[in-house]
Formats: sequence, C-alpha cells, structure tokens
Amino acid sequence: MYPPLPNPTVTPSAPKLSDKNLMRRSASTVPQGESMQQVAKLIDTSKCIGCKACQTACLEWNNLREEVGVNAGSYTNPHDLTTASWTLMRFTEWVNPETQDLEWLIRKDGCMHCADPGCLKACPSPGAIVQYTNGIVDFVKDNCIGCGYCVKGCPFNIPRISKAEGKAYKCSLCSDRVAVGQGPACAKACPTQAIVFGPKEDMKKHAEGRIKDLKSRGYKNAGLYDPPGVGGTHVMYVLHHADKPQIYAGLPNNPVISPLVEVWKGAVKYAGLAAIGAVAALGFLHHAVSGPNRVSREDEEAAKRLAEGKS
Amino acid sequence: MTNSWTDIKNTDLVVIMGGNAAEAHPCGFKWVTEAKANRGAKLIVVDPRYTRSASVADLYAPIRQGTDIAFLLGVINYCIKNDKVQWEYVKAFTSAPYVVKAGFKYEDGLFDGYDETKRDYNRSNWDLEIGPDGNLVVDETLQNPRCVWNMMKAHVAEYTPEMVSRICGTPKDKFLKVCEMIAATSAKDKVMTSMYALGWTQHSKGSQNIRGMAMLQLLLGNIGVRGGGMNALRGHSNIQGLTDIGLMSNLIPGYMTIPTEREATFDTYMSTRGFKPLRPGQMSFFQNYKKFFVSFQKAMWASAATAENNWAYDYLPKLDVPAYDVLRAFELMHQGKMNGYICQGFNPLMSFPNRKKMTAALSKLKYLITMDPLETETARFWENHGEYNDVDPTKIQTEVIQLPSTCFAEDEGALVNSGRWLQWHWAGATPPGEAKLDSWIMAQIHLRLKALYQKEGGAFAEPITNLHWPYKDPNDPSPEELAKELNGYVIETVTDPNDPTKIVLEKGKQVVGFGVLRDDGKTACGNWIYAGSFNEAGNNMARRDNSDVDDTGAFSKWAFSWPANRRILYNRASADVNGKAWDPSRKLIEWDGTKWAGYDVPDIAPGAKPDVVGPFIMNPEGTARFFTRGLMRDGPFPVHYEPFESPVANAVAPKVRGNPAARVFRGDMEQFGDAKEFPYAATSYRLTEHFHFWTKHVQPNAVVQPEFFVEISEQLAQEKGVKSGGWVRVWSKRGSIKAKAVVTKRIVPLICDGKPIHIVGIPLHWGFTGAAKKGFGPNSLTPYVGDANIETPEYKAFLVDIESISGPVA
Amino acid sequence: MNMELSRRHFLKGAGAGLAGTTVGAFGFGDIEAAYAASIRPFKLANLTETRNTCPYCSVACGIVMYSKGDLKKGEKADIVHIEGDADHPTNRGTLCPKGSALLDFVHSETRLKYPMIRKPGSNKFERATWDVALDRIARLMKDDRDQNFIAKNNDGTTVNRWVTTGFLAASATTNETAFITYKAVRSAGMLVFDNQARV
Repeated sequence: MYPPLPNPTVTPSAPKLSDKNLMRRSASTVPQGESMQQVAKLIDTSKCIGCKACQTACLEWNNLREEVGVNAGSYTNPHDLTTASWTLMRFTEWVNPETQDLEWLIRKDGCMHCADPGCLKACPSPGAIVQYTNGIVDFVKDNCIGCGYCVKGCPFNIPRISKAEGKAYKCSLCSDRVAVGQGPACAKACPTQAIVFGPKEDMKKHAEGRIKDLKSRGYKNAGLYDPPGVGGTHVMYVLHHADKPQIYAGLPNNPVISPLVEVWKGAVKYAGLAAIGAVAALGFLHHAVSGPNRVSREDEEAAKRLAEGKS
Repeated sequence: MTNSWTDIKNTDLVVIMGGNAAEAHPCGFKWVTEAKANRGAKLIVVDPRYTRSASVADLYAPIRQGTDIAFLLGVINYCIKNDKVQWEYVKAFTSAPYVVKAGFKYEDGLFDGYDETKRDYNRSNWDLEIGPDGNLVVDETLQNPRCVWNMMKAHVAEYTPEMVSRICGTPKDKFLKVCEMIAATSAKDKVMTSMYALGWTQHSKGSQNIRGMAMLQLLLGNIGVRGGGMNALRGHSNIQGLTDIGLMSNLIPGYMTIPTEREATFDTYMSTRGFKPLRPGQMSFFQNYKKFFVSFQKAMWASAATAENNWAYDYLPKLDVPAYDVLRAFELMHQGKMNGYICQGFNPLMSFPNRKKMTAALSKLKYLITMDPLETETARFWENHGEYNDVDPTKIQTEVIQLPSTCFAEDEGALVNSGRWLQWHWAGATPPGEAKLDSWIMAQIHLRLKALYQKEGGAFAEPITNLHWPYKDPNDPSPEELAKELNGYVIETVTDPNDPTKIVLEKGKQVVGFGVLRDDGKTACGNWIYAGSFNEAGNNMARRDNSDVDDTGAFSKWAFSWPANRRILYNRASADVNGKAWDPSRKLIEWDGTKWAGYDVPDIAPGAKPDVVGPFIMNPEGTARFFTRGLMRDGPFPVHYEPFESPVANAVAPKVRGNPAARVFRGDMEQFGDAKEFPYAATSYRLTEHFHFWTKHVQPNAVVQPEFFVEISEQLAQEKGVKSGGWVRVWSKRGSIKAKAVVTKRIVPLICDGKPIHIVGIPLHWGFTGAAKKGFGPNSLTPYVGDANIETPEYKAFLVDIESISGPVA
Repeated sequence: MNMELSRRHFLKGAGAGLAGTTVGAFGFGDIEAAYAASIRPFKLANLTETRNTCPYCSVACGIVMYSKGDLKKGEKADIVHIEGDADHPTNRGTLCPKGSALLDFVHSETRLKYPMIRKPGSNKFERATWDVALDRIARLMKDDRDQNFIAKNNDGTTVNRWVTTGFLAASATTNETAFITYKAVRSAGMLVFDNQARV
C-alpha cells in the first residue's frame, strides 16, 4: 500500500507555502521563488471504482455547495464541472475493439496543474492566478475579474465562471492542506488509493509499478499521462490505454496551450493591454466571454494571424 | 466474515458473486486492490450487471439473477471432474467420508419427505448413519456409494457447463474460464476468498446460495486460512452486533435460541442443545451451552434467576412459530392481529417488499413509534405526498409517535464490523434540539412501563419488575456499564472445579473470557461471545495499537475480535492433519508438539492433538459439512430453484415453482406474476453514492446521485423506444413506479434456455423525504416471499414490464 | 505500516526546501499572516478531535471528527469537519462518498429535534414534550400487553408471550444500546422482534 496521507493536526502550524514560493503570477512578474520539491497527484484509472468519494470529499473540505440536479441517463453527476464541483467522475462505456469486452472507463476530471499553465498565461488580471514552485496552480479570488480568459487558456476545459460572483473557480490541489504538510482531500479519501499524492518523482515511480502490473494483465498500452505539450502536469493519470487518452471522456491526446494565449501573454507582458490592436482584442474578448468554452478553430487561426503579424 | 477486511490482502483470487463490494463497501474493497497490486491476485466478478466492481475485475461473467446455485454447483462439478480438489483437507476436515442414512434421496428437484400442502419436508431421513458405538459410520476410502462425497458428486453431476449456460445465461467460455481460475486454488499454496452480500441472501433460496460457495471453498481447502474464507459483507455498521446480541425473535445473545412452546421445561430445552461429540476424541463446543445460558439469565434477572426456578426459564417467552421475522410481523399486522409497532432506526415502509401491503398493514395499527435521527418515510406513512405516497390521512387511524434520537457523532459505544471486530467510538458533538440517546430512550420506556406495573399490577409483571437494572443513574445507563454487563462478571467467587481452594476469579470482577463462565449461577454474562471485550484489563474494544506482527493483516492489538480476540475463524484448518501449515508462507497457527500457537488465537483447545480433534469444533462431528443433515428446511444439498417470479421454467426440475420449502402466506401466491404478463427479469441493489434511505438526507450525496432511475440494456431500450435520460414506467403484479432510464452497455440480454432474457436494474435509495429528488423504491414492485430458512425477502429476482412515458405527473 | 515513517516520507515531499518552519511555534494570528494570498488559512487549527466510526456499512472505517467546543470538558460541541482516520488499520484514512460527506448527515436539514405526535386521522405531526411522549408510549404498551398477553397456550404450557406489539431494532446503534434494548424488549415477553439483518 502506498503510505497513507496523515491525519490533519489541529495544532496550528506555519504554512509551508507562501508568496515566497511563487513561480509565476498572472499579468505580472514575481521574483523567482524559493524552490520546493515538485508535488503531484497521480490518478490511476485502473484502480478507480468511480465511487465519487473524491467529489464529496472535495465539496466538504472546500465548503462548496453544489445544486441537486437530475439524472440525465448517466452516472456522471453533476453533468459537468461547475463553480462548486471542482472535480467530477466522468463515466465512459467503451467496447474494446480487440477483445470485444466492455470496459467502463472512469476518469476523475479536474485541474491538471500544468507546469506550463495556459490559464495563468491567458489571465489578464494581475495576481488572479499564481503558480507555486511545487507545481500548484491556484486562483486568487480577490484578484479575479471573472473575464473567463483562463477558460480559453486551459487546454483541458477546467475553470468555471460564476456569473453571479464574477469569479473563476477550479481545484486548488487543496493548497491549504498541502501548505501544512498534508495531501489533498480527494487523495486522502480515495478508498482504493486510485488517487495518491506526493513528490512528483515518487509518483512517476509508483506509476511505473502500476503500469507493469497492468501490462502483466494484458493492457499492453498501459502508460502514464504527463503531457509534454503543457510542460507536464502535476496531476497525472495512469491509463490502461495510454495510446488513446481521448477514450477517457475526451482527455486530450496532445494538449497544448492555444497559440492565441501565447500572443495574449506576449502582449500583456511586453506592451500592456492598450498596445494590442483594438479589433483583435475585442474579438478575443467576445469569444472568451460569450463563446464556447473550447478554443475554436477560428480562434486558433486568428491567433496564428496575430502571431504572424497579419492582423 | 470468517476472516477480516485486512486479511483479504493475503488472497490469490477474489470472487465477488452475490455482492458488489466496490460499490457497497469501497474502503473494504481497498484490500482487494492491495491483493491485486502486491500479490498479482486476480478478481472475478459474477453479476447480472457489469458493476463498478466489474470495472476493475480481471474477468467479468454475466449471470441471470437467481441462478447462482446452478453456477456454483457447476463449478463444484468441474472441480470434481477435473480432480481439482484439496484432497487431504477434504478427507480429514470435512464430512466427505461419512455415510448418509438409508432412505435419504433426491429426485425431480425434491428431497424425500416433501409435503406439498405444508410446503415443508419431513427431514427424518436427512442424516448420517450412526454406528453402535454412538459414533458416525465412516468410509475413509470414499468408496461407499452412500458416503457424502459420492452423494454430492452424483448430486452435482447434472450441472454441466452446458446446463449452467442454459440456466444462467453465462456464455460457456466465460463460465469455463471462471472454473479454471477457481479450480487452481485447490493447490495447497493457492487461496481464494469469497466476498458476498445481499446479492446472495435476498432470494427464496438465499441460505443455499451461500451453502453452494461454502461447499466449494471446503472442497478447495480455502476455509480457515489466510486470504480465504466465506466473507459475508454485512450491510450496516452494527448489524453484526445486533445479530450477535440476538435482537431477533428466536435468538438469545451469542447465537443461543429462544425456547419453543414444545420445550415446556428447562430440561427439555437443554436436551437438544448441548451436542455430544459424534467422533471419538472429538470436542463439541456447545457442550458449554448451559454455562452461557445460565450466565445470560443471571445478567437479565440477577437474584430472581435461581436454580430453584430453573434460572427464570419461565421469564422467557416461548415461540409458537419458527420465528416472528419481519415478513410474518407485517403479515400479522396486515391481518389486523397486531396493535403496536416500535421502529428503532429503521424504515420498513421503504425496506420491506410489496409497499402497498406495508401501507395497508401500518394503517391497521393502533400505534406506531419511531426512533430515528432523521425523517423516515415510515414515520410519515400517513402523509400524502402525491403519487410518491398516495394516502388519505383522514382514513388512517394510527397514532404515531416520532422520537428524535442521536446519531453516531453524539453517542459512545461499540460497533461490530463485518470481520467481528468490536470497535469503541467516542461522542464528539452536542445533539441537536432535544434529540436523545437511544439507550436513554429504551431506559425510559422500560422504567415507565415498570412503574405502571408496580402501581397498577397487570399481566405477568415479574420479568419486567425484576429485570436487573444496576446502573448508577437508572435513567441513563452508561455505555461502559452496559459493555461490562455484555462482557460478564463474577457474582460469587469462582474456584477451580478440581481444586476448590484455588480461586479462579473473585466476586465482582469482570470475567477474563468465556472459559470462566459457570452454570451454577456464580457468573453473569450478557453475551458469551463478547466475554473478554471489557475485562479487568480494561475496555479492550477501545484498543488502538495498529501494529501488525509480520504484516499478516491480523492487527491483534487493535480493538477486540469475537470470540476470544480470534481474527480468523476455524484457523486450526490452516494447518494439515499433523498441525503444519498447508502453506508455510500463510502460516497462521501450528502445533508445536504440545500446543497450538502462532499469529492468531487458536480456534481449538490449545492442547488438542491435531490428529485426534477435528478443527470444526462447533459441529459435533468436528468436521465441516458438505451435507447439512436436517439442519436446513430446504435440503441437505443446494438445488437450483428458479425465483418465484422467473422468466423461464426450471431446467432441472420443471414442475417446481420457486423454492418448494419457502413459506408463502395466503394471498401472496396469487400476487406473483408470470413471464407472459411480466416478461422482464428485474433486480434491485444499492449504489455506491448512497446508503439505503439515509444519504438522500445528506446534501452532497444527493448531489452525486440525485434522482431515481432504472437501468436497461440498449437492446431493450430500442425495443421499447426508451431514451437514456428519458422517463419510463415499470410495473409488477404489485405496483408501479416511474423513473428516469439509464440505457447502458453494462446490461445485456442473456440467452437462457435459448431465448433472450432482458434485465431491468432498480436501485433503492429514493423516497419522499430528504434532499434528493423524490422517487420510488423497488419495494413497490417486489414479491412478499422470503428465504426458506431465514426469511430474507426475495429482492434480487422478480418480474416486471416496462414502457416509455412522456414525463412525471407530479 | 509505520505511520511516522509515512509522515516523514510525506513531509520530505511537500515541505522540502522550506528550512526553518517550526511546527507549533507560532500563534494562530502569525500563521494566518504568513499565508499566501491564494491559500485559505487551515480550517482545523485549534479544534477538538474525537475518534469515531462511520455509521454506514460494516467496513466500520475509523473517522476523526473535528469540533468547535469540547464535549469532554462539558462544552457545547459542534462538528465542523470529518475525515478518515489514517491510523485505522482497515481504512487507513480513506472514506467512501458516503463517509466523506458525514458532516452533512450530522447537520442534515431533516435531522429530528423534538418528539412529535400524530393523532389518529390527523394530517400533521404536533410537537410534544419527552414526558408526554414517553408516558403515552408506556400507557399504550401496557394496555396492549395486559389485554393480549398469553400466559399459557391451548395445551396449558406456560408460554408467557406478547405478540400484538412488535419491535424492530436498528442496524447502526451500539452494542450497548442493543443490549439495553434486548433487556427492555425481552423482559416484556415480546417475540415479534427483528432487526435489519435481512434488508
């Protein structure tokens, strides 16, 4: 058994995560923070029993109140991530074409805590999104303007905007727990240790053992999902079919940050908001706020044009 | 469970059949994932539905609900035919070599002695031959055609892979793959564990389902060993404890039994209980029955229980029927023969079959009392909730008193887990409003009833007025006081029977273990199997040392495991006839030449010689039974019987409907539907997001599984024009429900007897109170019949019809 | 599993590079000040811990309840968080989706707070005092028992049974409650007595 996460202590202790450990801060610069050991959450889809303990543990720890919805013909409830549901079990019934056997693929969705975070890069509000040197990407509510650019910047479609509050929400990797030497609430709760948490290197090593076990059981394409397109992630998956991430409720095969965000980031960083062409900015804003969550092909093309200076 | 949750990590093969451990017991299931990850163990799931347990299995085999016996006897047949038997174990530790009494026979689905009008058997031939010396007749060579082994071999022969596939709908190749994997554990160094729950019990032949697997496990030598066993996953946090303490019509704590009215005297009662050994040199544990019984009577009535009045034998009520189980209780209520009913934390309106009958029955009561921390549908059965509870309050004359009780967070005491661990917990919260502890409520009811009898007199008041009530605050007995009574204590100093000058335990002390209990009134003990849980060493249930010598999974210093802190039952059987472990890597206890010792408390007298005393000391034979003699109402071997409502005829006994020995009340038989009218095979179950009818009151659980639904295959959905997420109506002969439809690949039509059988899955967690959406439960549809032996309702297999509807009416 | 080892292993992971942080050396105010803007102050600091067992299934997972106020000191105690007990050998700190949401069981809107009585034919519950409710119960039980108690059967055998009132015992009460229930029920001669073992 992977060493269980310890019980929280009620003795007040100093946080081990502070502004001194910032690596990036949205729309602003920070001095290089004190380095920390990289942490990661490893989600083993082959051990996951889809019980949703991670969902209720997350709701309880983070004092979130989700609405009671309806059944829409699936076990996925709520039906999508929301401002209160920062994590969600997504259920996919997949018939393996090689064996003709049904496989019930269950994936815990939520923020991947990218090493190269598209949300942070897209964020125009100084300090609304921060990244710590241990890998945690966190939203700072007080600085958030609810513009929704983080949604556009995210290759995994994770942040959700509360229209009422004008704020963006997503998984914090339980930064408050990690700050005092504990692990995320979902990882502590997970009955089968399908979720484990620790130093990223240890997680990779643990994943190797799991992959070996899966291969011995006939999953020849078992592997680790730590996508290089976003610099690797601090939430990783063990997949029985790592050659086909897409079958796990649309996990991107090769996630990358939209080129649009690169442009945006460049503009904010070097020229400031005013220097960007008004037309492009308005167009972007329009898509970002009222368009679909996913970056569309038009967005991509627009970004390319911007990047190539053809606007 | 014969073993414990943490012991499951020691297994090589997990068979989940008749249960769904990943969903109903997720944190216990952790030990399955550990066995898989660390030992390369395999997991087989056999279930009508591809469950969340199946989603992490190495092999999933579908099975039509209600056909488990055919499947299991088919596996036994395979093992015998392919010589996959742990022979040394079978020959030495089971009833295989005993000779069955002449006259016993089985044909056409019935055993000898059947009386169709009584739906019962004369079981006098269902026994073993006893020789002139009072011992069993034995054929060690297994040549005698009437020895248990050969009788069993003949009995299972018709369950060929073809027959199994025809009955169960399991594809033959999947069945054979299951057989092969299971049969491999007949090796001395390979072990299988069986994890089951209500998927096996909630059938009209539930007890025999479990027998089927127990027989298979014995044949493979998997009982009494680490990583093996028969592991009944109890549903509720302390249903093990409530059963241990005998809160059933026919029980006395510690699995002793309430006398029947045929046992008019104490001597008659005792004459059938202290079994004499049936093998030379064998010990029979229940020869101690009188010690446990007298100590119990002393715990109840102290000085009012004397040798002169046969230890207050007359204070115990005498049964006129085998049991007043809940089905009988509600039948009597329905007949207007009951006036009052008290529900302590239970929701029968949603929990018992045929809800219409439940509502009618409760409406005939004069008074209903409920105690619960939460609202229940039962307490509000008289309240109109539209189609979800369509009643007219003005027509219901039942007086209802609803008492608010505390929940876990506010009370202290012990719960017994499925692995028989008694674990103490502490209160950490102030109860809301005026909610009170259940123990306080029960004390108040008793004390007020007693006061009325003392003041007014009345019918046979002595057992009430003389009830031992030694508590410091009589109004509010403390958990410690009650726990100490359960453990037992010495009333008069106990001396060594061989040397009266030697004091064993002084007056007033807590008994060390059940070995100290006496039948002369010198000791009192609420529940002999808990003796040792709270003795002079303190509250052993509160022990929190989680060290585990050599990582065996025993955790012997954590809490207390009954009996005697034993972690694995029948652990003597982990060693061979000479007392050496079958598998040195799974050593549990071994014979060191003079005594038994090892990681666990031996389940045998410490000095009992291995080649003399058989390991199964609870049976007078000292061995485990393939043939249960006359102890089960429906036969000494399991037989495949179809559910009372079945989509097909019984392939091995076409004339028999249901279990021939199951009790059916007048009027209920007419309420069974047939396949012409109700073509689809329904089953009911729990979902992992919910716990019965409690968690619909818990907002986050209502969020993650908000609304009542039924599950059907894509094929049936297409036939019926049902869309996933759309509405359907499902009905049986007894009622009708509306639900959302989940159309899924996880349910497929099964080919049984050449025709496709569609399955309708109906989870059970919704009602008309709480935070989740209002909904129905499967009990609006299910038949009013129980298991032939213990009356567990047939919730897992019944017939329905289904249609697409446009939407909710309410 | 050695818990201390696991803790060290863990701390090495999450806390490496942060020399000089001393556990327990600060008052709570200082700690709060030290938090980064994004990080919520740790919500369990200075609460009372109580060990309990999950009341749902028979795995009986160990839980830790965190309360404001300490019952053992005679204070009013309000549970604000519940999570799995990592020291417990069976669950090792994990909890299922039900166990993980126990806090909302304790504080459910549909928790019962007062005794209620519904009169025959009425369409509502009315609040009652405990004394009224309990005296009424004792009266109803005694009247029924006195009227329907069977001392001897038709054969003249002493049977001393009362079968017109039944008792259905729970599934999540403690052994101790179960025993006092057994005593109260059986001493009254009741036989219509069952529990939730079958469903």
